Amino acid sequence: MFKELYRRDLLPWVLPGCILVAWQATAQLGFIPARVLPAPTQVFAAAVKLIRSGEIFRHIGVSSLRALAGLLVGGSIGFTFGLLNGLSRTSDRLLNSTLQMVRNVPHLALIPLCILWFGIDEGSKVFLVAFGVFFPIYLNTYHGIQNVDPGLIEMGRVYGLSGYELFRDVLFPAALPAMLVGVRYALGIMWLTLIVAETVSASSGIGYMTMTAREFLQTDIIVLGILIYALLGKLADVSTLLLERRWLAWHPAFQKTA
Amino acid sequence: MSSQTAPARAHAEIDAIGGAEIRLSAVSKSFVRQAVLKELNLVVRPGEFLAIVGRSGCGKSTLLRLIAGLDAADSGAILLNDQPAQKKGQQIRVMFQDARLLPWKHVLQNVGIGARGTWEAKALSALEDVGLSARANDWPSALSGGQKQRVALARALMSHPQVLLLDEPLGSLDALTRLEMQKLIERVWLRQRFTAILVTHDVTEAVTLADRIVLLKDGVVSLIHPVAQARPRALGDPDLGRIEAHILERLLDAKG
Repeated sequence: MFKELYRRDLLPWVLPGCILVAWQATAQLGFIPARVLPAPTQVFAAAVKLIRSGEIFRHIGVSSLRALAGLLVGGSIGFTFGLLNGLSRTSDRLLNSTLQMVRNVPHLALIPLCILWFGIDEGSKVFLVAFGVFFPIYLNTYHGIQNVDPGLIEMGRVYGLSGYELFRDVLFPAALPAMLVGVRYALGIMWLTLIVAETVSASSGIGYMTMTAREFLQTDIIVLGILIYALLGKLADVSTLLLERRWLAWHPAFQKTA
Repeated sequence: MSSQTAPARAHAEIDAIGGAEIRLSAVSKSFVRQAVLKELNLVVRPGEFLAIVGRSGCGKSTLLRLIAGLDAADSGAILLNDQPAQKKGQQIRVMFQDARLLPWKHVLQNVGIGARGTWEAKALSALEDVGLSARANDWPSALSGGQKQRVALARALMSHPQVLLLDEPLGSLDALTRLEMQKLIERVWLRQRFTAILVTHDVTEAVTLADRIVLLKDGVVSLIHPVAQARPRALGDPDLGRIEAHILERLLDAKG
């Protein structure tokens, strides 16, 4: 039983553990100067210090709020257009090619324009995140709706479903797996966009924290910031995974683990 | 099958509804220059079990889709009890080649799809009729192919339709499951007496189940053969064998 536990739960942690030990050892033995890369213990100490002062929570709070606001705005617009164009041919013909054109604009290229439009306040960050998450959510919703098995739609019609009922019982659940894939992509883009936006210009948030640390050569805080981003990203990913397990319990792919 | 007193009472109500008469007059349908049905005339009697056989591409599935209202005829009329069939959509049910269950709904919810009001009891008794009430709360993905088609049958019969259209529903099942399903379909048909139209390429199946067999050739009815044998029909009955041979011969003739 212990062997089973070891193989399933502990094995994935072996390599990260070794890396951590090696990192600590090389830092302590002076192979890597603290200015280049601080030891794990130093990063940990920095974390404790910032937790004590409460500063870290303020930055995480600000960053998370920006991320969520952008996701909410961009995601709901993407979802709406995805549904609209997936369901209506007219709307599809009218809007889709334009949206696909705009998709080719790398959204981070908008940063200078964004700063001119919105200043370096919240507006510019929320706008960038919203712009970034719009496309994965739009595209996956759109394709999800378009790829619903026509046989199921036909069946629904034979059984008297139409309009909202057909959407609720057939179209939406059929498109949901694709939509959730879109959400997962969007979460990745959300953090990436926010990191860049906060690093370029901000007066609060984790990006701001690391940029200020750079000026004072506090590599421990920079590394801490990077780790926090990684952690938040992982958190977002895990939460969509949980949503998938809950909402897609019917899906054969999720039944082994459920 | 377990038939208690409650279904027996429901049975009496259903008899009052019975099957509908379907009258097709001069029905034509073509797809991209290709005429599939050519002024086809056919009357299906109320409560009758009609089988339509024919070579692939003879238009038998198209005919079924027209009756179901899934496609519109180019010309001609399809009347259900002397009313245009489209307006009677709720009384016509279809069983497709594949079960077409919604994978995100439990078996019971699949049976009750489109139902209004309190449907759970009716859906459960329909599931009981096909012997799957124990699986009511399973996901469809947990069922075998034959079980899925049985759920589809329960779904079709829950609302006690006047007409059941069967579009080769047993085509993808293995031979044994197919025989079981044929018996099941016959049993529920004898109980509910809806009008049944079975499209099939399996002449044995048609002979086993049908009151009359319609042979479709080049978009018109080329033969109507009655099958008067008593039910349930024994496998290997020599009279049925003769009918089967006769129809198969005509089918093969239809090639030239």
